Amino acid sequence: MEQSIVILLSVLDGTLRVSTPLVLCAMAGLFSERSGTVDISLEGKLLFSAFAAAAVTYVTGSPWVGMVAAIAISFSLSMLHGFACVTHNGNQVVSGVAINILASGLTVVLGIAFFRQGGQTPTLPKDARFTPIELPFAEALDSIPFIGQLYAQVISGHNILVYLAFLLVPITSWIVFKTRFGLRLRAVGENPKAVDTAGIGVRAMRYKALAVNGVLCGIAGAYLSTAQNAAFVREMSAGQGYIALAALIFGKWRPKTAMLACLMFGLLDAIAIRLQGVMIPGTETEVPVTLIQALPYILTVILLAGFIGKAIPPKAIGIPYVKER
Amino acid sequence: MKTFFRAVSVAALVFGIQAANADEFNPAVVFDMGGKFDKSFNEGVYNGVERFKSETGEKYREFEVTNETQREQAIRKMAQRGSNPVLGIGFAQADAISKVAAEYPDTDFAIIDMVVDQPNVQSVIFKEHEGSFLVGLLAAMKSETGKVGFIGGMDIPLIRKFACGFEQGAKFANPDVEVIQNMTGTTPAAWNDPGKGSELTRAQFDQGVDVVFAAAGGTGVGVLQTAADEGKYSIGVDSNQNHLHPGSVLTSMLKRVDVAAYQVFKSANEGTFEPGFNEYGLAEGGVGWSLDEHNKDLITAEMKEAADLAEADIIAGAIRVHNYMDDSTCTY
Repeated sequence: MEQSIVILLSVLDGTLRVSTPLVLCAMAGLFSERSGTVDISLEGKLLFSAFAAAAVTYVTGSPWVGMVAAIAISFSLSMLHGFACVTHNGNQVVSGVAINILASGLTVVLGIAFFRQGGQTPTLPKDARFTPIELPFAEALDSIPFIGQLYAQVISGHNILVYLAFLLVPITSWIVFKTRFGLRLRAVGENPKAVDTAGIGVRAMRYKALAVNGVLCGIAGAYLSTAQNAAFVREMSAGQGYIALAALIFGKWRPKTAMLACLMFGLLDAIAIRLQGVMIPGTETEVPVTLIQALPYILTVILLAGFIGKAIPPKAIGIPYVKER
Repeated sequence: MKTFFRAVSVAALVFGIQAANADEFNPAVVFDMGGKFDKSFNEGVYNGVERFKSETGEKYREFEVTNETQREQAIRKMAQRGSNPVLGIGFAQADAISKVAAEYPDTDFAIIDMVVDQPNVQSVIFKEHEGSFLVGLLAAMKSETGKVGFIGGMDIPLIRKFACGFEQGAKFANPDVEVIQNMTGTTPAAWNDPGKGSELTRAQFDQGVDVVFAAAGGTGVGVLQTAADEGKYSIGVDSNQNHLHPGSVLTSMLKRVDVAAYQVFKSANEGTFEPGFNEYGLAEGGVGWSLDEHNKDLITAEMKEAADLAEADIIAGAIRVHNYMDDSTCTY
């Protein structure tokens, strides 16, 4: 019993850490997709901003400056995406893929040129990273079984970006569903013609959404390289941008459900890590590693097919807005 | 481009034109992805060939592969330009070497970390299981909880070889020790996922592990970092990684690719290059563990003594370390 509680707490703790970049990217994707712009370039922005954060933090010694650089890079890529497919009505998927390829190649090339370490950045010292914060009373509550432990070991002890990510979910929800900006954002994604008729600039709205998107992706990138890890390593985003996009669709383009989807992916990942090397009950063979690693994806397919129901995207998503034909 | 090379090489075969002259010494090295300053595998080779250059004054040609499709082209081009021997790095270059070696039978080739069965290729492989045995032994002696961890990169037989040697060494030092093993993934992305490496390490620490051995390329960066953050011990791999986190990196399992690369060039220069197998184990100084100013306080005299004794026994044959790649099982 004692042992299983320790494992459970450790799984939940891991879930929060793994889910953080997913939540940030999913919220970023939510803004742009709700405004009608498909954003497959979450992955590339995540990767490039992770590189920027690590490189600038290494040079300046401050993770906050690194994060600003990460946001600047990610913001620029978002604007590039906007320039290609909002201003020039380009294909949004093609533009997104182009950004991903650009990020994947350029980070390594720049990394080799700047630091000569095979595309990695130098390891950051401890004081140049976002370090864990102990929440108040964590130590005192640790002695209370389960609930106290849950607070002390799972909720407390993360770095500030983890709390920021989860705080951003209700904020996003409030912005999208309760403010004028949110109403216009959703309208632009559903029926841009009507918005245009009402005298609101469709393109300006889509650019604004992409701007928010860039900022959020930048924070996610900074988390990867200066909070979760202490250096940039080539291709370190490892498909998390795509997972976040899947979570967004899974969560039907709603902040809270998208967050839950991210947590589910994180949880499955954390469980998969701890299932490795476990024996199949009653036999001498281990559970195959490949099967465990495929588990999150298999479950996704099953859940998507059977339990979630139809995910209806914003109506005007992927369609560039042209005033007159 | 590729067709062009193919056409040229076909022409060379048909008309019996051999660009390469076997008597001439004109060494070339093709680095693999990661590049020659990767702080690990390729950099080891670079250090070896640089040492050769400074000792003999002989220059060498080099190429850094930055994309998977360049391997074969690069190796063929070296052979075409009359380089001899041509040294390829890493298991991923095996197919390319095998193909080009057949096209240039008068040129000598060498490959590090893989076996290519051709009459003009020297295959240099390492007895990683022997080096892993020693660091396993050190890990088990250092561990206070009686649990040690192994984190591999991509799940391939070579990495299982590391894991199996490590487990044997740990059990040798302490038969009751528990060895928890994790692989990062099953695709090449597993070599470069420090976030996953960090999570795997935390999971192992939560299970009571206090010394973890990372044989996972770039993923190992995350493993070593997490161990340093949590105040536990880690073991590096390939090159000496002790300096990364002094006081936390217990030691590194060394794989002397520099020695291997140096030997390939040196033997070719002296005319003693032999195709076939060349295995580097403890006896040949090809694998080992590192002890320097960064970890001398972590290794007690007792630990060093035990490791030295085991090393002598392995060389003498008194301890037989099982090689996972012999039969794809870890029984010993």
